[in-house]
Amino acid sequence: MRLIAGYLIGVIFGMGILISGMANPAKVLNFFDIFGAWDPSLAFVMGGALVVTFIGYRLVLKQPRPLADSKFHLPSKSDIDARLIAGSATFGVGWGIAGFCPGGALPALGTGNTSVMIFVAALVVGIWIATWAQRHVLVAA
Amino acid sequence: METEFTPLISLAGGALIGLAAVLLMAVLGRIMGATGVLTGAIVPYTRSDWSWRAAVLAGMVSAPVLAALLTGFRPEITVPVTPLMLVVGGLIVGVGVTFGAGCTSGHGVCGNARLSPRSLVATGVFMVATFVTVFVVRHVVGG
Repeated sequence: MRLIAGYLIGVIFGMGILISGMANPAKVLNFFDIFGAWDPSLAFVMGGALVVTFIGYRLVLKQPRPLADSKFHLPSKSDIDARLIAGSATFGVGWGIAGFCPGGALPALGTGNTSVMIFVAALVVGIWIATWAQRHVLVAA
Repeated sequence: METEFTPLISLAGGALIGLAAVLLMAVLGRIMGATGVLTGAIVPYTRSDWSWRAAVLAGMVSAPVLAALLTGFRPEITVPVTPLMLVVGGLIVGVGVTFGAGCTSGHGVCGNARLSPRSLVATGVFMVATFVTVFVVRHVVGG
């Protein structure tokens, strides 16, 4: 039941990504290129996603618990530290270079597009390196 | 290279992304973040509940296959960058989202919808960083 639900939710997310244009680097990069071939479509993706999630979360989080788990797993960290800011800035640089973000690239994997596979392979290696570093090098930080 | 402005279809796609986020919270009580889903699926021993993340990931990857089979829809994927930029960008994104603990979906949609201060800051920072990077790549280096 949990796995079927997860799978179907992944399909809905993937469909949203694909029709919205988030899986298309040409469109994503043009959103950020205000002084060039600007395409504001991505603001509508974020707007649509935010409105639905904002309203939906308010209804859902009033419930005592989710349908198929004992509690809601919400992030508990609230401190705005250097790691959050440096990490987010780093992510932005990579997004600006490649044109794919993780949520845009993962559903696009299913198209068999070679560029997507190259990006996701590098993404996976980057996550492995950073996860290793966080555990073994930056433990005290 | 120009791309077509698609407000309605992008809004509809965004609404579907939001629907997925709401459903994942309603059913499994989890944040719909691509970084979290991917990391939980590829980094073993981080979480005991690897399986739901693998299921969500499988759903994401099969979306274009199902869309093509059911409706014949094939998304446009135009990549205006070199393979080297995909590799370098992918590595940098992987490191950044791990340290930043989220990306466009986790912070940008779910976190901001919860009005999480961390997500609001993270989103502002990565949007500005992406904007600056695109400007430098296209108008300074490539200009």
